[in-house]
Amino acid sequence: MLDDFMLRALLAGIAVALAAGPLGCFVLWRRMAYFGDATAHAAILGVALALWFSISVLAGVLFTSLLMALLVSALIRKGHGIDAALGVLSHAALAIGVVAISFLPGVRLDLQAFLFGDILAIAPRDLAMIWAGALLVTLLLAWRRQSLLTATVSEDLAFASGLDPRREQLILALTLALVVAISLKLVGALLISAMLIIPAAAARPLARNPESMALAALLIALLAVAAGLGAANWFDTPAGPGIVTAATILFALTHLRAVLRSIRGPGS
Amino acid sequence: MKALLRIEGLTVILGGREVLRDVSFEIRPGEIVTVIGPNGSGKTTLLRALIGAVRPKAGRIRRTPGLRIGYVPQRLQLDATMPLTVARFLSLPVRHGAREISAMLARVGIPGLEARQIAELSGGQFQRALLARALLANPQLLILDEPTQALDQPGIAGFYRLIEDIRREIGCAVLMVSHDLHVVMASSDRVICLNTHVCCEGTPAAVLEAPQYRALFGDGTGGLMALYRHHHDHSHESASEGEEKTDAR
Repeated sequence: MLDDFMLRALLAGIAVALAAGPLGCFVLWRRMAYFGDATAHAAILGVALALWFSISVLAGVLFTSLLMALLVSALIRKGHGIDAALGVLSHAALAIGVVAISFLPGVRLDLQAFLFGDILAIAPRDLAMIWAGALLVTLLLAWRRQSLLTATVSEDLAFASGLDPRREQLILALTLALVVAISLKLVGALLISAMLIIPAAAARPLARNPESMALAALLIALLAVAAGLGAANWFDTPAGPGIVTAATILFALTHLRAVLRSIRGPGS
Repeated sequence: MKALLRIEGLTVILGGREVLRDVSFEIRPGEIVTVIGPNGSGKTTLLRALIGAVRPKAGRIRRTPGLRIGYVPQRLQLDATMPLTVARFLSLPVRHGAREISAMLARVGIPGLEARQIAELSGGQFQRALLARALLANPQLLILDEPTQALDQPGIAGFYRLIEDIRREIGCAVLMVSHDLHVVMASSDRVICLNTHVCCEGTPAAVLEAPQYRALFGDGTGGLMALYRHHHDHSHESASEGEEKTDAR
């Protein structure tokens, strides 16, 4: 059954949606979009490392993404004005990763697969890792949600309740690295943060509480995965960009009411 | 009585600047202590050090074991992308039952707002929601940072009356930072005048007479003293208070 690459892509996509939906909400609430970009771009460097040392791509990506996530967390701790540093890190990781891959002797690599995803690249043995990572992320977020939400609402409220917001930030850094590692083959390094942000943003108008928004983001991500892979199957579109396009359409739909209301003018 | 919280020689340096220098005082059960001081005098930093959000350079903060603190921050910048009802907010990080939450909202004067979005509350409603959340922790010490910034004059007086009532009911100590000198003074047992270090400390009447206080807040304080006494005679609010307040600054 798992011989069918489209079925494998679908199973991987469900796992990615399960983790990216809820985590994307935190990325949105905490304004970590740039954080997500940097962590995802670091994945390309991880691919280069993995090929260089002949280790698994997943392990290499997890290593560099985690390193980047921790580095960015430390920068955020330092305080304001980190936009420039984040921009440098994010794009440097991407560029250096691509350059490093080009130096690898005897490797002919389809770079586009890592930048935009390639469903053909998902092997049966990848599925177990992807699902394990996705379940770990989802369970970690669900288990820590009371303290994660408190620290997101206000660091001072968290401190006063005896929590340590820095620990919560570390948990988010860890889960972000995991999501990058498990989504790389499906959606590609350039679109991972879109996979985090767009379903969450699409879920916002539908929700009145953090939990319902996380659930709505998960369902929207699932729909986007199904639609994107369907398009890949029937129209031969690239899977990652197709999934993100589908998510964007869903975003437009859920924001339709707000858009119409603003066109009709305030007060109506 | 044994102090709930004892601060000894607290020094805090932020960004190379000495924000607090050798600050010492204690808070005993059930008393209302107000910290006043000009902008940039380290008031908020002091409170943040007490809740553990700022690491002191020197000194120590001793808490009575298992001290329950209820903290009401100055403001809270909730990102617009985060949906949050009042009831859900009150259950962070400790979950409380629906009945308990409803009763507490009614107690702080905003009954029936459970399902309202936090972002849709008025300044006064939001302040009371923050207070309700702090009170659900059944605090022995309630810490409030400039709790009335978003309120108008009658709102301010009403809020401090609520604090006094709650103190009487549950017997918690209250530590607050404030700009609303005249109203705050009326409801405080003790006032600490802060300007990086503790300038003077004592009953409201004693602090108002202190030369250090006059040096900080100017000569307009004569009017303030009259107001302070006025407050102890009457509980109603008069229109002239607003003007006097401006004079006092």
